[in-house]
Amino acid sequence: MGIRLNVNGVHRELDVEPEAPLLWVIRDELNLTGTKFGCGIGACGACTVHVDGKAMRSCVVAVDSVRNAAITTIEGLGASGLTAVQRAWIEYQVPQCGYCQSGMIMAVSALLAVNAAPSDAEIMGAITNICRCGTYPRILAALHALARGETMGEV
Amino acid sequence: MTTRRRFLLGGATAAGALLVGYALWPDRRLARANRLLTESAGPLLTNWIQVAADDIVTIVIPHCDIGTGSFTALSQMAAEELDADWRHVRAVAAPANPLFANGALAEGFLLDERGMTLRSIPVFLQGAAATTARGIARFMNLQTTGGSSAVSITGVYGMRIAGAAAREMLIKAAAARMNSPVAAFHTASSRVIHSSSGRGFSYGELAATAAHYPPSARPTLKARGQYQLVGKPIKRLDVPMKVDGVMRYGIDVALPGMLYGAIRISPTFGGTLHSVDEAPIAQHRGVKQVVRLADAVVVVADRYWRARAALDALHPIFDPGLHSELSSKAIHDQHRAAISSGELKHDTSIGAGAEALGSGPTVENTYSVPYLAHATMEPMSATVIARTDQSLEVWAGTQDGLAARAFCAKAAKVPRDKVTFHLLPSGGGFGRRLPGQWNFLTYAVKTAQAVPGVPVKLLFSREQDMQHDFYRPKVMSRFKARIGPGGLPEAWVNDYTTGGGGNSEAHILYDVPNQAYGFAKVTAAVPTGPWRGVESTWHGFFIESFIDELAHAARRDPLEYRRALLQKKPRHLATLELAAQRAGWNAPLEPRCGRGIAIVECFGTIVVQVVEVSVSDGGEVKVRRVTAAADCGMAINPDGFKAQIEGAIIFGLSAALHGEITIEQGAVVQSNFPDYRMLQLADCPAIEVHIHESDARLGGGGEPGTPPAAPALVNAIYAATGIRLRDLPIDTGVLKAGAASR
Repeated sequence: MGIRLNVNGVHRELDVEPEAPLLWVIRDELNLTGTKFGCGIGACGACTVHVDGKAMRSCVVAVDSVRNAAITTIEGLGASGLTAVQRAWIEYQVPQCGYCQSGMIMAVSALLAVNAAPSDAEIMGAITNICRCGTYPRILAALHALARGETMGEV
Repeated sequence: MTTRRRFLLGGATAAGALLVGYALWPDRRLARANRLLTESAGPLLTNWIQVAADDIVTIVIPHCDIGTGSFTALSQMAAEELDADWRHVRAVAAPANPLFANGALAEGFLLDERGMTLRSIPVFLQGAAATTARGIARFMNLQTTGGSSAVSITGVYGMRIAGAAAREMLIKAAAARMNSPVAAFHTASSRVIHSSSGRGFSYGELAATAAHYPPSARPTLKARGQYQLVGKPIKRLDVPMKVDGVMRYGIDVALPGMLYGAIRISPTFGGTLHSVDEAPIAQHRGVKQVVRLADAVVVVADRYWRARAALDALHPIFDPGLHSELSSKAIHDQHRAAISSGELKHDTSIGAGAEALGSGPTVENTYSVPYLAHATMEPMSATVIARTDQSLEVWAGTQDGLAARAFCAKAAKVPRDKVTFHLLPSGGGFGRRLPGQWNFLTYAVKTAQAVPGVPVKLLFSREQDMQHDFYRPKVMSRFKARIGPGGLPEAWVNDYTTGGGGNSEAHILYDVPNQAYGFAKVTAAVPTGPWRGVESTWHGFFIESFIDELAHAARRDPLEYRRALLQKKPRHLATLELAAQRAGWNAPLEPRCGRGIAIVECFGTIVVQVVEVSVSDGGEVKVRRVTAAADCGMAINPDGFKAQIEGAIIFGLSAALHGEITIEQGAVVQSNFPDYRMLQLADCPAIEVHIHESDARLGGGGEPGTPPAAPALVNAIYAATGIRLRDLPIDTGVLKAGAASR
């Protein structure tokens, strides 16, 4: 009795317990290691993925609860090349160690998908991921550039 | 005969590529270096720089990528001197093998060739034995990424010289081909060009021939005015791999048949595992083994979440050991007693020292900072296979691959050459992954030995990571000063607690005629270690808080007061002025708002910060703006340098506003991000970083931005409220009470 998951458009039958955290199923069963473990309690956002387009912290999501959903990880974000958000991250040289950035990019992408030009208040309310390197000023600069529709260079 | 020679290694790989590396090794080892390279996947690795037949230039970096951008800055330095086409430049991490150590650089160049002394070598390089030549020899086998040293040491003394030497070899090869003197050639964009005819060769064409020439140990280096890559804000090489999930960190290792270990360590420092009953997990799926270590229990399972769930179902019993009564309050009292006992070890003094305090009135204040966790985003982990033939293979992110290899050998009690260590990028370092703090390697090795022949990935939970760190130490510092008629200090006496010896970071930049320093050694069972900015993070806070108090006591402007005391230090003065001017130091602010300033020199880089805050009547502090100016001599990559300062400011502010590890009943109280807070996007101030260029020797980039943040913050809070906070983190309760009593 497996659990059927749709991750990055690929349907898979997985032999895992219903309560297994989505994060670890993604990382250890599917070997999609771009999604990171940071806190295990949904506090830091390093494990953020999209579930039906909505940003969710996968370390506190039971795999059973998303069996009928479309799940997207950082690896599935740019189906054909990098997205505008990823290009902005390069243009504004956002990452330092880079560990939190998969989650950060997923959270930002989900926000921009429903609100292409968020206000600062909306950004602050939606993006609560932790970055220990302190890349926030550049995250904000990249977000502002995206919000005003700046064209990001190809890489 | 094994003679140590100070020169560049040069030669060809089996694939015909030129490779050049600076070293202080016996020549005979070149053959071994070459063999190592060819053993590793094709023409991938060279000693320092490899020029391959396809024109690709590979720079081998003897450091770990912890996010500081040093791979790019070091490649810029090598490529600059090589005149390489940046589009063909790649950077790779050096394997954990002594042939790629950066320690040799320190011995080779620092001591006599540059007129440096042992004192001017960063402390972390000196090793425990500090000031003896033996101490230096100890780190010959290190690949340390710490002390903000990548660019200022590896870059200056290794990369530039290797790049310039390789360029000269390529020119010689071209000259031989055309039977012309070397002076008839110049280089540009990975080509050697015959200047008069315009005929040229690509570096790739010349590489195999060039490898036959011996590299010069004293190649001609470019003057700063000739730089085309160095000093430019080139986009970092690692960034594209960090936006699409491709970058593989230590935690991401995946090996066939790999098992996962979840660990619970004795909560009390010095505690031991008494017993653990496995019955509760008898039915747990996937559990392979419960490993009992001296002070921890590890559940090994086929998936991490299964190991973790089983671990959570266990109720191990620990003997608390000797420190089960230890508390933050007891440690604080211990520091206070040490400072006031008078049993202080005299460090140094200038002028008349403490005598100059005289018998008249003095200003006296005491400050303290708490223990702090590193809390790297990537929790500690390591993957180990302990094979039955005694060999060991390890995958982990540390800040010193070579020393980590030796450490694992010792932990496993096997010879060093039986250990292969794969150094992987780290999701943050901040000092946590430096030598001396490798409990995660010990646990991973011991666990793997209990499950021989199978790779085991041991992973700390966030809670274990936070409660079993090596913390920024708690420190207390007391100042006494006598103020002269002009309001400036004439005597400065500082006594502080320390876990070891005296700290040079306590010594002030300011021109005070009489100074005396003393310290009292205080030890506790709490493990401590270097934390981004190290000693400067506490002495910077102490000194810059006290000097601010003196300025206010003298009714002088804090900027103007510092200026008066730095008249003999033009670099410091210029950096101070730059920050103050860009911050609009004198521009008016609303009520309950204030600006504070601080200047700290750390790892050769001067950083000044002006912090602007508002404080609500509820005591809530909002950091609105931080304006920084920094002088690191020259920023190799100005944008990368600015990014480091920005991040370091946020790191420092997080600690000053929220950071505190407390101890109760011998254990750490905090366990995860909710009770060990750090700044988020909504808390982040507007940050500007301005670079002041000077002719000074290159300073570090990763750490120097952290120390000024805390004192500039408390100085700003004083300016806004009139309340002086002398203990970190800031106490919003005091600010609220202060507002209520106005």
